[in-house]
Amino acid sequence: MYDAPLRKTDVEAQTTKIAARDVQVYYGDTHAIKDVSVDLLDKTVTSFIGPSGCGKSTFLRCLNRMNDTIDICRVEGLISLDGQDIYEKRVDPVQLRAKVGMVFQKPNPFPKSIYDNVAYGPKIHGMARNKAELDEIVEKALRRGAIWDEVKDRLDAPGTGLSGGQQQRLCIARAVATEPEVLLMDEPCSALDPIATAQVEELIDELREQYSVVIVTHSMQQAARVSQKTAFFHLGNLVEYGETSQIFTNPTDPRTESYITGRIG
Amino acid sequence: MPVTWLVFIVLALALAGFVAGRVRIDSAAGAGRPHSLPNYYGWNIAIKVMVPAFLVLICWLIVQPFVVNGAVTARLGDNAVPDGSTIGLVMSDVRRVAEGLDAAVSQGLMGADQASDLRTEFTNVRDRLAEAGVALGSNVTPQVLGAAQTWRALNANGMLLMSVAVTALALAGLVWGYVQTTPDFRARNTVENALRIMLLAAASLAILTTIGIVFSLIGNTIKFFSLYPASEFFGSFTWSPSFGGGSELGIWPLLWGTLYISVIALTVAVPIGLFAAVYLSEYAGPRMRAWAKPMLEVLAGIPTIVYGLFALLTVGPLLLSVFGRDGLGWMQAGTAVMTAGLVMGIMLIPFVSSLSDDIINAVPQSLRDGSYGLGATKSETIKQVILPAALPGIVGAILLAASRAIGETMIVVLGAGAAARLSLNPFDAMTTVTAKIVSQLTGDADFASPEALVAFALGMTLFVMTLGLNVFALYIVRKYREQYE
Amino acid sequence: MTDATFSGDAPKASGLLEADARTRRRNASERRFRMYGLAAIGAGMFFLVVLLTAIVSNGIGAFQQTFIEVPVYLDPAKLDKNGGRDPAQLAKVSTFGYTPLIQTGLYQQVRDAGIETGYEDARDMKALISASAAAQVRDFAIANPDRIGDTVTFRILASSRVDGYLKGRVSRDSIAQDKNIDAGHLELVDALREDGALRKRFNWDFILGADASESRAEQAGLGVSMLGSLFMMLVVLFLALPIGVATSIYLEEFAPTNWMTDFIEVNISNLAAVPSIVFGILGLAVFIQFIHLPQSAPIVGGLTLTLMTLPTIVISTRAALKAVPPSIRDAALGVGASKMQSVFHHVLPLAMPGILTGTIIGLAQALGETAPLLLIGMVGYIATNYPDGVISGFLSPNSAMPAQIYEWAKRADPAYYERAWGGIIVLLVFLLIMNVIAVILRRKFERRW
Repeated sequence: MYDAPLRKTDVEAQTTKIAARDVQVYYGDTHAIKDVSVDLLDKTVTSFIGPSGCGKSTFLRCLNRMNDTIDICRVEGLISLDGQDIYEKRVDPVQLRAKVGMVFQKPNPFPKSIYDNVAYGPKIHGMARNKAELDEIVEKALRRGAIWDEVKDRLDAPGTGLSGGQQQRLCIARAVATEPEVLLMDEPCSALDPIATAQVEELIDELREQYSVVIVTHSMQQAARVSQKTAFFHLGNLVEYGETSQIFTNPTDPRTESYITGRIG
Repeated sequence: MPVTWLVFIVLALALAGFVAGRVRIDSAAGAGRPHSLPNYYGWNIAIKVMVPAFLVLICWLIVQPFVVNGAVTARLGDNAVPDGSTIGLVMSDVRRVAEGLDAAVSQGLMGADQASDLRTEFTNVRDRLAEAGVALGSNVTPQVLGAAQTWRALNANGMLLMSVAVTALALAGLVWGYVQTTPDFRARNTVENALRIMLLAAASLAILTTIGIVFSLIGNTIKFFSLYPASEFFGSFTWSPSFGGGSELGIWPLLWGTLYISVIALTVAVPIGLFAAVYLSEYAGPRMRAWAKPMLEVLAGIPTIVYGLFALLTVGPLLLSVFGRDGLGWMQAGTAVMTAGLVMGIMLIPFVSSLSDDIINAVPQSLRDGSYGLGATKSETIKQVILPAALPGIVGAILLAASRAIGETMIVVLGAGAAARLSLNPFDAMTTVTAKIVSQLTGDADFASPEALVAFALGMTLFVMTLGLNVFALYIVRKYREQYE
Repeated sequence: MTDATFSGDAPKASGLLEADARTRRRNASERRFRMYGLAAIGAGMFFLVVLLTAIVSNGIGAFQQTFIEVPVYLDPAKLDKNGGRDPAQLAKVSTFGYTPLIQTGLYQQVRDAGIETGYEDARDMKALISASAAAQVRDFAIANPDRIGDTVTFRILASSRVDGYLKGRVSRDSIAQDKNIDAGHLELVDALREDGALRKRFNWDFILGADASESRAEQAGLGVSMLGSLFMMLVVLFLALPIGVATSIYLEEFAPTNWMTDFIEVNISNLAAVPSIVFGILGLAVFIQFIHLPQSAPIVGGLTLTLMTLPTIVISTRAALKAVPPSIRDAALGVGASKMQSVFHHVLPLAMPGILTGTIIGLAQALGETAPLLLIGMVGYIATNYPDGVISGFLSPNSAMPAQIYEWAKRADPAYYERAWGGIIVLLVFLLIMNVIAVILRRKFERRW
């Protein structure tokens, strides 16, 4: 199949954070991802778009080996983080996931307090030496998640009691609390109302300063709003990858054009 | 057996009604298509024949003995009761003599007239009845014989009346249904309504069962407390029934044994069951789940009598060889709290594991994803996210297991020993509420004595305890499930 | 619960390959936790294996029994003094009249075989012969009066001590204090065994026979109590299945949401958890004391177990009905069927496999239940006679398989313990068959919508 050429037209010279080469994913007998090769840049928001079932979420979950938790899923090809193959035998997926955090489609706060939700990651990774340090990490993460002002007076309240948008920002705060290098977001706004979506999108833009962010989205407008790079998936193939503005205004592949103009999808 | 005949008569009438209804509606077909299928007209009549007739039959059969009993008791009067006896005992003699006369007549040893004219002055009734295979404890007094004859006469009259009433009712139903059978009549709706009422009646049996349990427990418990003070029952720390009277029937030693054994059982079952459930739902591959789960559930399918025997003959002697006189010297006999508790724990493993498995599986996958996404290991996810989230459900499951342990009978009857004692040594023999219910009701005690009636008070205690635990546990589990739905 | 402490090493940006100390610790804890899980499953399996081993190793012996082949001379001088071979006259000779004949027969056989014993008297043979042998020979003589005067070879039961010796339960040490048998008898048993007259055979009478009194373990069988269980299960099947299905249909398809329905539902879920012994109390108080049904009769046991099994059947039937998709009901209603017709013509047939599976599992549960039977008098009744017919099968006193096992266990005699274990094997075989049928039904008719 046809692979999107990797364009080196970036304004700022940015380093590649994650590189994927000829990645194949199988669910039992189903070939879900075919020959995907892509370079994801540091300090950049990359969005994956495409019709439902095109494999964009599956590919995203390969990037921090979340697919390991599914028995029948098999991944082939090479995916590297900072040049290190993440599927190599010696790599501990647990350490990998500490570096490549993830935010999910549905907000999924643990049934614990807001504080414990955020503190959970730092605790299991031993990032704090004492309570004061932990407090500091939690506050920083909540601030970075743009939710500190709303919850600072009720850190002991259960995380499940927040509104949908707040819950999702809490989950983002929870993800950044472990100081990841890459943040994967699987349709983070699909369960949110427009106002909450706007808040989360704003947050994503801020996160770009420190992380490489990869976001899967159904909404082309959202991709256009938040991302600098866009990859279009179709039937398990990466059809086109490039600057967001270029993909949306001047796609090279006819399938991309059909999708963007609403003829397929 | 007049009742059997009566049943056949009603059934025959119902069949006749069914056929008649079909024939009538078929022949009336000229007047346009009838509202319902012909069978519904047949069923309409059959139901009208059977339902009222059988209802009356059943009620009559239940009520008649009480009416007869009351009438005969009234006629006997107080002077027929010898000293040291009660009207109840005399009445049971009367019943026995009446049954004996029935048996004698049916075996042809006596004519029907002879049975009603029998006089103690002229015949040794006891010997005559012994010929018919009915052994009596003492000679028959004239009053008892007279009462027995009255009893038989009343019963015969009642049966006759009942036969007439039931047959008449069945016939009336037949006529009513037949007259209804016209093409305009909505037979299907009528039949379906009747059917729906019957379904409701079946469903109400559950209520009836509960009422039956509550009444049989309460009635006898009240009787027990009228013979034995409730304050002693709930206040005494001694359990020493003696059938000669002067028993001390304090419930505490039994409750203590019950709780001690249950605690040991849960100490075995909860960790093993819980860890097994966690492993099966979070770690095991599909192939391991496919054989390990059913294997564990085999333990749940084994009847408790098997566990009882296992406790008595395998685990008991094994423990005795280690902790008994030849070993550590803590144990006197194979039957002990530890024996019963261990075996009961084994029995409860699959109960705890399958309940916990359901509950752990109800924890949404998104919570696991969230934790893995942060770089938590599986065990960290389980210990810090899944188990806390599932905690209420697991507590519910443990409470259900506890209620199972408290109500378990066979294992403690065979494995725990019979001595009621308040001791801390788990290698002592102790006994439980359930074991004492069995021993008090299967002994030779008279059912009217406090030693037998105490079983109902124990049963009441058991029922209240397990019911309370269940209601509470189910409430917790339901709350838990709602949280994730 | 929390192993996340603050004692961590300094936060660091570790590589993906080399695990730092903390990660190694976390992974070790992960492995430990996994081991606990495996150990728990291993413990469960271990208990299962121990239990099954105990059952099989202790119970398998019950299916074999020691028999002796003895030529018995049916002496007309003792059995039929008047001649004439009139069965009524023959019946007047009690079993006591036959015992010496058997003992003499065995004594003669021992001498003919040239076995050296220290016994001078035929009565010394008593220790080898089951007390049941006399009745066996007597029955034969009364049934075949013309054989009186002949020498007939009978295969009679050896006494339970001898049987125990062959099965390793009885040894020369263990009989040191025994009045009934001494070491010389065991020598004799060894000799007879070599001679071929005495050996173990498969014992159909254990499976099909009747229970015996407390002193004749060698004769006891499970057959009568098996019939008792059969009649109880018939009652349960014919009451619990229709009532359970009717209840489920009402609750699942017709019940309005009101307090009455709620009340029924609460009742059913609570009855499912009421201890079985309480159902025994109910059976005793209602069926025996109140309605005066005969004590120890299978009908009472059946009724009690019906009430106990109903919640199980209702719960599984409702699950089966729920699994039928609403589209089926809509389709039936759409062509003008009444609600009742849609349920009975479409939903119920589709749910039938699930209902049957649940019913079989409920029956299996009822078959093994013992506690309620204790209270309605099915234990303590010695099931020595087969019921005369179907009606008496339901109404006359009987035992039931689990009650019989309990009864044997209570007799505190190793020979009866072996019988109890053997009874458990038979019971478990029945349960296994029922469960296999249920699994096959479920596999065969399982439907995914």
